[in-house]
Amino acid sequence: MKGPGRMLQLILESILKKPSTVSYPKFKEAPLKSLRGAIAFIPENCIGCKICMKDCPAGAIIITKIGEKVFQAEIDLSKCIYCAQCVDSCPKKALEYTTQFELAALDKNKLKVTTSGKLQTTTQNETPKSE
Amino acid sequence: MGQAIYNILVFPGLFFLILFGWAAEFIDRKIYARGQKRVGPPWYQPVADFIKLAAKEDIVPEEASATSFKLMPLIAMASAVTAFFYIPLWTTEALFSFYGDIIVVMYLLTIPTLTFFLGGWYSRSLYSTIGAMRTLTQLFAYEVPLFVVILASALLANTWSLSEITKFYALHPHLWIFNLLGFGIGIIALLGKLEKGPFDIPEAETEIVAGSFTEYGGRLLAFFRLTLDIEVIVGASLLAAVFLPFGLNLTPAIGFVIYIIKVLFIVILLAVLRTILARFRIDQMLDFCWRYLAPLAFIQILINLLVKGLLLR
Amino acid sequence: MPKKVRIPVGPQHPALKEPVSFSLELSGERILEATIRLGYNHRGIEKACEERSYIQDLYLLERICGICSHSHSTCFVQAVEEIAKLEVPKRGLYIRTLIAELERVHSHLLWLGVAGHEIGFDTLLMFTWNDREIVMDLLAETTGNRVNYGINSIGGVRRDITDEQIKKIMKAMDTLEERTKYYIKIATEETTIIQRLSGVGVLSHDDAVKLGAVGPTARASSVDRDVRRDDPYAAYGEIKFKVITDNHNDVYGRTIVRVLELMESYNIIRQLLQNIPAGPIAVKAPRKIPAGEALSRYEAPRGEDVHYVKSNGTENPERVKVRAPTLANIQAVAHMLKDRYLADMPIIIAAIDPCFSCTDRAITVKDLGQKSEGLMQWGDLRKYSIEWYKGKGIDFSNLKKI
Repeated sequence: MKGPGRMLQLILESILKKPSTVSYPKFKEAPLKSLRGAIAFIPENCIGCKICMKDCPAGAIIITKIGEKVFQAEIDLSKCIYCAQCVDSCPKKALEYTTQFELAALDKNKLKVTTSGKLQTTTQNETPKSE
Repeated sequence: MGQAIYNILVFPGLFFLILFGWAAEFIDRKIYARGQKRVGPPWYQPVADFIKLAAKEDIVPEEASATSFKLMPLIAMASAVTAFFYIPLWTTEALFSFYGDIIVVMYLLTIPTLTFFLGGWYSRSLYSTIGAMRTLTQLFAYEVPLFVVILASALLANTWSLSEITKFYALHPHLWIFNLLGFGIGIIALLGKLEKGPFDIPEAETEIVAGSFTEYGGRLLAFFRLTLDIEVIVGASLLAAVFLPFGLNLTPAIGFVIYIIKVLFIVILLAVLRTILARFRIDQMLDFCWRYLAPLAFIQILINLLVKGLLLR
Repeated sequence: MPKKVRIPVGPQHPALKEPVSFSLELSGERILEATIRLGYNHRGIEKACEERSYIQDLYLLERICGICSHSHSTCFVQAVEEIAKLEVPKRGLYIRTLIAELERVHSHLLWLGVAGHEIGFDTLLMFTWNDREIVMDLLAETTGNRVNYGINSIGGVRRDITDEQIKKIMKAMDTLEERTKYYIKIATEETTIIQRLSGVGVLSHDDAVKLGAVGPTARASSVDRDVRRDDPYAAYGEIKFKVITDNHNDVYGRTIVRVLELMESYNIIRQLLQNIPAGPIAVKAPRKIPAGEALSRYEAPRGEDVHYVKSNGTENPERVKVRAPTLANIQAVAHMLKDRYLADMPIIIAAIDPCFSCTDRAITVKDLGQKSEGLMQWGDLRKYSIEWYKGKGIDFSNLKKI
């Protein structure tokens, strides 16, 4: 039957029901496990082949050698497009994706995450991760 | 004198109107949101919007005539508030009344629409001009049915004063049932007057940005929006006074609560209507108003004439 | 006779989600003529592809469009696989098709909502987008992202699908089917919607063929064309489905085609999941693709998408050419806008489900009489643009040199 206001019933029902949306900062849904979030670097596994640098579509990852068989990765999360191709390309599983997705920052430089391996002579040389 | 100033500025005048207008806007937006499965705004959203707009710079377009452009929001608000004083709210007595005030109220309620037109026209922007033309076209469509149904109610009461009308219905408590058709027409016409729901043609966002209000910003826009909020209350009060005249002879406190419920009922009705209907096109709106609404309004007059002739002899 | 006015719609306008410029000549509320100007969104993607490797191009081309990202990446991958003569495993093809259909579901639901918004019916928008979240969650779960899924790799797909996910998708299809039935009911019964949609943006069968319309726009004008059936790719050859056509020729017909295609998509997804073969999901692809060229066609939610790839034996392609479906449909828009009301403009434009940033490609129109090659160096181009803006009264010459 044709007529105006055919959605009336559904709307009256949904006024009484719980809404579908949530007020974001107050309530959060847990991210899915399969989500490709920020990339994490595991320095112990890295062999410095730099295939990830070559394959990265955004040029967001830079691997540098800082000692004998010790490497440092600088991942620019503001450039990263979260495709996780580097994770696929890495032959030694030195990169992995996390489910971290809330990466907004006011300062672009805060999105540069540098992770470096332990040098044998000095102590840990890890800069703190940004929020 | 002091009492009159208090009545005009505070209660049941300007201050009360603004607060009630904001509350009605919140309820309207909340129902609209919840009907769409959204959370909706917090209760202070209308106030926050007003403060935000009021804190912003006024920008007058170079080609607009500045005086008229700035004056329009004030005229709109003044006339909407003035109309309110002639409407009986929770007693049978309005703040001010004289014989023939029903016509004055109707015309005072037309002035805000005219200022929307003039404000858009004076902006000189293309979108504003089209919005202004649509405002005026729409005015001609809904105004006639609205006038006719309110006059039909007045016809039954045999008076031209709103206070007298409510007094009449207080004496004959069941006669308002005959006006139900008029009430429905009034609600639809009110949607057009408030430029809401399926009749938000003059400010159709996806077509002409914001219509008449495209060039308005800052305090001027804040006042226009406040006017629209106030107009909701005034329009709903008018319909409530004319078509839902019950609970008027009780104590002021209970009468006040009943009045609030009546207005909120109309506000909720408007909100639900705008949730379930898609926007009309301007030609469809004209067609609908003249082909269906206006004849139905005249049927209302006919009903009232019959009732008057047969029942009130 | 009222005075004619020329009203600009765009490059920035609430009806448009992307910058494109329509210049409408109005007489009162009627549109006498519409002129379209594209080119606000040119990103140089084709050129950028030539300077990147195939693996990088995959992600770059996926970002041509935010809605039909899988279409572009699959279309490109198919062309590359054809050149490299890679045999993609069956399971890989099935997963590719599955994502393609889920994408179609999300795109059509999105369109239904946008159409609701354009006719001032935001309630429909909120409800369809609410249901669209179900598909978005499925996509996020199977591929790892809500948009720009990154599921394709040259030679297959990157992620396998688990039995648990299959069950979940099957369940979600039931919910969506029920919801879609409700939308079909609404679309065919709600008077305010029908009044705004029927008779609007009429494109006759002959005009649709002449103007080269594709996808649902063409199918609503009873042009029986669908690449999925006419030139089966991925797993479509093994799936039974109907091609939906409609003879309304207007926006209402396009709505009907899209909602019925949703139902077909659920049907296709069910078939895919029931018949998905076991086995590997990808073959290893060489980094250097042998020389050759290929043209690949793909039925994106908006219509036929065409990619042309030419390789020269290196890691980078020599040429990539993209023709997004909107480019084929945009000609029809100017035709449909003519002699309609201004109020119909948003829905007519929205009815082709336009994606202008997908469409923008550089075209050089050569003047045959002149001998110049039309090639400009960076410095010359800069000088030229400064002069051009000076003519418009804006002086950029003091800007810091880059």
